[in-house]
Amino acid sequence: MDRSIFRYILRYSARQQVVLTLMAAFSFPFLYAFYELPKLIINEAIQGDPADFPVEFFGLEFDQIETTMILSGGFLALVVVNQSFKYVINVYKGITGERMLRRLRFELYGRVLRFPLPTFKKVSQGEIIPMVTAEVEPLGGFIGDAFSLPAFQGGTMIVIISFLMIQNWMMALAAISLYPIQIYIIPRLQRRVNALGKERVRRVRKLSDRIGETVQGVQEVHANDTSNLELAIFSHQLGDIFRVRYQIYRKKFVIKFLNNFIQQLGPFFFYSIGGYFVIAGQLEIGTLVAAIAAHKDLAGPWKELLNYYQMKEDARIKYDQVVSQFDPAHMREPEYQHTEPEGPVKLSGDVAVANLILADEQETNIIDSVSFSTGLDQRVAVVGDSGSGKEHMALLLARLLDPDKGRITVGGVDWAVAPESVTGRRISFVGQNPFIFNATLGDNLFYGLKHRPLQPADYSGKAADEMDFFVNEAKRSANSTDDPNANWIDYAAAGSSGDDDLKQEAMRVVEMVALENDIYSLGLRGTIDPDKNPDLATAILSAREALRDRLKDPEFAPLVEGFDKDSYNTNASVAENLLFGNPVGDAFNPDRLAENEYVLSILDKVGLTDTVLSVGYQVAATMVELFADLPPDHEFFEQFAFISSEDLPEFQALLSRASKDNLGELKDEDRTSLMSLPFKLIPARHRLGLIDDDMRAKLLEARAAFAAGLPDDLQGKIAFFDAEAYNPAANLQDNILFGKVAYGQAHAADRVGELISEVIDSLNLRRVVAEVGLAYDAGIAGSRLSAAQRQKLGIARAVIKHPDLLVVSEATAALDAVSQARIMETIIDEYEGRGLIWVLHRADMARYFDRVLVMRTGRVVESGTPEELDRDGTAFRELVAAE
Amino acid sequence: MSLNEEVELLRNIPLFAKIEPSKLKLLAFTSERLVFDAGQDLFRQGDEGDAAYIIVDGTADVKVETPTGPLTVATMAKNDFVGEIAILCDVPRTATVTAASKLTTLKISKELFFRLISEFPQMAIEFMRELAQRLERTTADLQRISAQQTAEG
Repeated sequence: MDRSIFRYILRYSARQQVVLTLMAAFSFPFLYAFYELPKLIINEAIQGDPADFPVEFFGLEFDQIETTMILSGGFLALVVVNQSFKYVINVYKGITGERMLRRLRFELYGRVLRFPLPTFKKVSQGEIIPMVTAEVEPLGGFIGDAFSLPAFQGGTMIVIISFLMIQNWMMALAAISLYPIQIYIIPRLQRRVNALGKERVRRVRKLSDRIGETVQGVQEVHANDTSNLELAIFSHQLGDIFRVRYQIYRKKFVIKFLNNFIQQLGPFFFYSIGGYFVIAGQLEIGTLVAAIAAHKDLAGPWKELLNYYQMKEDARIKYDQVVSQFDPAHMREPEYQHTEPEGPVKLSGDVAVANLILADEQETNIIDSVSFSTGLDQRVAVVGDSGSGKEHMALLLARLLDPDKGRITVGGVDWAVAPESVTGRRISFVGQNPFIFNATLGDNLFYGLKHRPLQPADYSGKAADEMDFFVNEAKRSANSTDDPNANWIDYAAAGSSGDDDLKQEAMRVVEMVALENDIYSLGLRGTIDPDKNPDLATAILSAREALRDRLKDPEFAPLVEGFDKDSYNTNASVAENLLFGNPVGDAFNPDRLAENEYVLSILDKVGLTDTVLSVGYQVAATMVELFADLPPDHEFFEQFAFISSEDLPEFQALLSRASKDNLGELKDEDRTSLMSLPFKLIPARHRLGLIDDDMRAKLLEARAAFAAGLPDDLQGKIAFFDAEAYNPAANLQDNILFGKVAYGQAHAADRVGELISEVIDSLNLRRVVAEVGLAYDAGIAGSRLSAAQRQKLGIARAVIKHPDLLVVSEATAALDAVSQARIMETIIDEYEGRGLIWVLHRADMARYFDRVLVMRTGRVVESGTPEELDRDGTAFRELVAAE
Repeated sequence: MSLNEEVELLRNIPLFAKIEPSKLKLLAFTSERLVFDAGQDLFRQGDEGDAAYIIVDGTADVKVETPTGPLTVATMAKNDFVGEIAILCDVPRTATVTAASKLTTLKISKELFFRLISEFPQMAIEFMRELAQRLERTTADLQRISAQQTAEG
């Protein structure tokens, strides 16, 4: 990257800068006229000698009033012209700056992707993120101004000064006489402020780094009661920032004070010197007024120029700092990432490692002169103790680290120069903690197949225009023009021909890593859009039918209470019974039904309002009785109470002012509080005996009235339970169940789960359900998955790519013994005759492999088949014995 | 059955007889009423123990695995407490309990159980009495069996 921001600006926006400067130049004549005209209006028209009128102009005669009006009109026109210039220049400037900023950010991000991995040990994300986001932001503003602002404002000043000079040179000189002092002092003061500014940027970066670290290590903070320590450190950092800012403020406002003082000296000279001349009759009053006006306008540009100077310094510092941070040693060239191989690459032959050396920061060799060779048709285990360097060996083989010396060639391709399109496509790597992106399981699984857009997405109408705009703008800023919404999946790489095939392959791979049951359960909890997926919705409805048949068996009948629009469901809450559907959006949030006007009107209509209120009172009374003397953080509150521990005192107070008989006199908010409680009641679960037959009958009436009278603006805010239709707001399982699992039946949930599973298998739906599971959102860094699920997904992602060489580094260490054995077994089977290098955390597992490399203190000390090595006196035996 | 009926029922169990009704209500409210069909297991020997059960209605067989197959060692009926050993001693279930008829139980979670024991000494004493009686019974059985064996041998 260019070392100086000005060189960077000129390289990428020279044309725009020229245009901006020219536009500024064109605006000056109008500006001059803008200052000249008031003088004319006052001196010639308003105060002119009536004897000079009418004046003749282009053959037309005008009297004094007309002249004044015409000149004033001209003034107005000039205002419009000048402001239009400003508008056009500002917009153009803004766009230019924004494009440059976009280019800069894109380049910085691209550089982050090319950092050698060890760089990330030194630079944290807490430092990188603000640099790319907030810190470069002001640069965009500055880039638009870089040349045009001094040109425009400098030019404006020259225009104004020339105007003043022409009026009265002494006065003009007086007005600007103190500017040299400003030019001399201000930069000196400014330099000190700049140094402080630099310091502040550095400290704020550290601060954000600190916050990031706290968030990541928050478990440790709680587990060790170190929040006081963290707060103290944070407070100190804030204190340092404050100290720097404090100094900045003091210096900055001294500068401001000096600036303003010097600026105000101008009017002083005008009033004194100009006044003297007017009184002495050597100057017309109109000229003085115009001069004062012009000088006032001089303040603007002059201030802008001084600001510009500060901004320039700021931008220079920021640019220097950012650029130097984004230029680590040994950064890869862009070609590494962007070169496309000419045809499909397939690596075959040998993995040859020669004299490999990798040193750590203390110059100790982690990998010490390692040489070995193995075929890409062999399954190799690498074993060794924790200091043996085996994990680094895996990273080197996957080209995630570059060796300090020596050479790795894979299938004849030199790893030192191979582009990522070869290493990243033909090699898979799974480490101990594969990263799961905040996307669906499917997106994560297919992540390794997305190297470039293969099938463009279809756009039409407005979307197509927007896409054109995006591409054009991306080109102008040298950004990527690839469309993230295109289909990037390289089906061929996964050995499949299209979407359908790939899903089948995905299921096979998912089974290999023992993740199929998890994905199936996630699928059952997933929702689909029946309009986009009509076949699946129909299939789920037949599953519902099949389950209903199964539930006719008296053995299973008590397990589920199905939804029936004409009967009250005792295993569902009052809210569910009333709405008889799933809320869509927030309009019928079950927690806030008591505030919903429509719901209240329905209750009124069927005469339930008083009943609900009185049941609410009884629920509140029971809850207060049961939970009042439990400690507020007791888990029962969360598990059982209708009232949270914070709200309990409020309800206690409410109960003390209400009694069963005066509920009608309660304040509105008290009524709402009480009425919100019964909606959560589930008779079969809570067994409070508060919902009697009469209330049930009325609730059924309310249910019918609710659906019949739903106003237009609330249509679609609820997905009603309909025995014949798929419910888009409910998940697959609830759609199949179409009812509630009964409370109080032993193992009901498990037994219903088994029934559903039977039904799904009998209809051959397991695969499609699992496919819905692939749409499950993994959460931030995969946080909605268990550690084992993340690990398995990571392995599946590496396998589905069908790499020529799969490098596994202790990837199953965190799994339970059964899954570990199963996964290793299936992968070893899968890789028969293919390239597999597996760094093992337990040496005895090596006996399943074709070959074993034994590492010790960075060297390969033994190599051979497991049988060859499994004899007395070998390092391999020693390792196995030590386990 | 409503909560109030359950509270009545709990009061008839000697273990809870001296506990105030509002606490019994909390116990009933926070415990789960579970119905088992004849032949269904409440839990199996070796399982992790997370709850104890009070038998509200019906009978249940307590069986242990022996080299010769499962052996029914006791039959529990209304007002009996089962499954408390695993949650008291934090050991896997020591026996399998199977519903012998249609069985209604109140399932009390481990946390709730400990809370009750620690808050109500009266209940702890009742509980110890119950356990001591069982121990006494078991010891008597053991004596009888060893006497038999000696006689046979």
